[in-house]
Amino acid sequence: MTTATTHPAAPGTRPAPPGAATIGRARIGLELRLFARDSGQVVFSFAYPVVMLLIFASVFGDQEVSPGVGFDRYFLAGIAATGIMLTSFQAVGIAIAEERDRGDLGRLQVLGTPPAAYAIGKAGQVLVTTVVQLAVLLTVAALVYDIPLPTDAGRWLTFAWITLLGALAGTVLGIAVSAFVGSARSAGTGIPAIAVVLQFVSGVFFVYSELPEVMRQVAALFPLKWMTQGMRSVFLPDAAAAAEPAGSWEHPMTAAVLAAWVIIGVVVVVRTFRWRRSGG
Amino acid sequence: MTTTGPAPLLRGTATDGAPAVRVRGLVKRYGGRAVVDDVDLDVRRGEVFALLGPNGAGKTTTVEILAGLRRRDAGHVAVLGEDPATGDRRWRDRVGVVGQTTGAGDALTVRETVDHYARYHAQPQGSDELLGAVGLEAAARTRVDALSGGQRRRLEVALGVQGRPELLFLDEPTTGLDPAARRQFWTLVEGLREAGTTVLLTTHYLDEAAQLADRVGVIAAGRLVEVAPPDALGAALRREATVRWTEDGAPRSVVTPEPSAVLRDLLAATPSGEIPDLSVTRPHLEDVYLRLVGGTSEGDPR
Repeated sequence: MTTATTHPAAPGTRPAPPGAATIGRARIGLELRLFARDSGQVVFSFAYPVVMLLIFASVFGDQEVSPGVGFDRYFLAGIAATGIMLTSFQAVGIAIAEERDRGDLGRLQVLGTPPAAYAIGKAGQVLVTTVVQLAVLLTVAALVYDIPLPTDAGRWLTFAWITLLGALAGTVLGIAVSAFVGSARSAGTGIPAIAVVLQFVSGVFFVYSELPEVMRQVAALFPLKWMTQGMRSVFLPDAAAAAEPAGSWEHPMTAAVLAAWVIIGVVVVVRTFRWRRSGG
Repeated sequence: MTTTGPAPLLRGTATDGAPAVRVRGLVKRYGGRAVVDDVDLDVRRGEVFALLGPNGAGKTTTVEILAGLRRRDAGHVAVLGEDPATGDRRWRDRVGVVGQTTGAGDALTVRETVDHYARYHAQPQGSDELLGAVGLEAAARTRVDALSGGQRRRLEVALGVQGRPELLFLDEPTTGLDPAARRQFWTLVEGLREAGTTVLLTTHYLDEAAQLADRVGVIAAGRLVEVAPPDALGAALRREATVRWTEDGAPRSVVTPEPSAVLRDLLAATPSGEIPDLSVTRPHLEDVYLRLVGGTSEGDPR
């Protein structure tokens, strides 16, 4: 620290600072790099769904939900949907609370970072990690458990839009929830609690059509139920649609609910997002 | 007694005469208690201004309001000609802030951190040059979470000046630094000033304010009690001298603005021999400062 060579730019000659898209791209790279260096996060995100599949497959063995549909195949849908929720909603909500506590967000505020750039960074990181996570899960499902994967493009298209909408909804809701959870500590206990309750009522741990009517109605208000149902439409044969409470896969409704949650999340984020915990 | 020391050759960056910071009647309350209480303040372009006061005096709150990080409850504030409460990104890019608690992803190396945040600025300083300026070249490949406290502060400063700000806020920049690191930091600030950057720093170290600042504002319990060049702080208080001696085995002392007159009387009363333990002292800057901020309690940070 001998001499400072920083000369301030002359006023009036200073160009405009970079826009949200430029900073957002830089932030995607940063977020991915930080994710990759957090080994606990990497292992949890990528191994957890595989472990869930292993447990379901061991517990239920060769039992079938309906003729020709094994329990492991049925629950693969719920595990995929849960995985998306964990890499988006849960990971984002907890990470933001930590970044806020650590002062990372304070720096972004000081730098005048557009909040949209921050959101772009989170969404980009979520999409990449979700894709990797699902690729690992489906590879293990196909190679180790011989679960048949779809062969037609239409089902993969369904898989793609459910993943995309689910991950986006999870990201904005994760950002939204971070405004209400307070410290990183309470985020670390509160957000997973929300996730677990949603998993129980949304047909991740149980066959959805066997859940009590009240639970199904509560679950239908939240995205996870629709993501799980959408994933069943990808991985189960068409005949299984008859076993759904509605008697069909309800794709238009699924898209509408997930899109609605994206919009609700964006509105909440715009109104409540703060770089710092204590306002003023 | 000079007032501000030698005038730097390159002063400020503004062509107009407006101060870098202009504050009138600033008030901030928390739970009904005013932590910043009717403060008026001008920071001239190109000067280093120190806001000096004990913990809890309102220094950080003031700086956070000026940096656009907190809202004020009353008063008029113009920073580089704009209201920080509504300052846009262009304005933010002209202002650098080194706060007490800002962080940067700990899993990155120093070089990665600096390279990343360069992308937020219109005209970032080159990373090599920047790390050289703060003495972190050797630590460029070290992860941020492995840095020492002093190195972390240097990184904070590097990120604060990376965008070539016209005005730099330094909030208690040397708290927790060892003496050698503090000296190095002072050199860095002097370099910034020579380059024309306006600096507003807060500190609770009197020696730091005296060393670095062109002018010092003493703040206590949310009120600005005096603004003066360091060597003119508390001028009225410092005119008072204390004459001490021993008489009949008992210590005696007189506080007076005219010690010579007291001495004359003493000498006249003692025509021969020595007056035991005779001394004339004027208050040190430290004593003056303590009297200026007197009545405020330590502790209660913020």
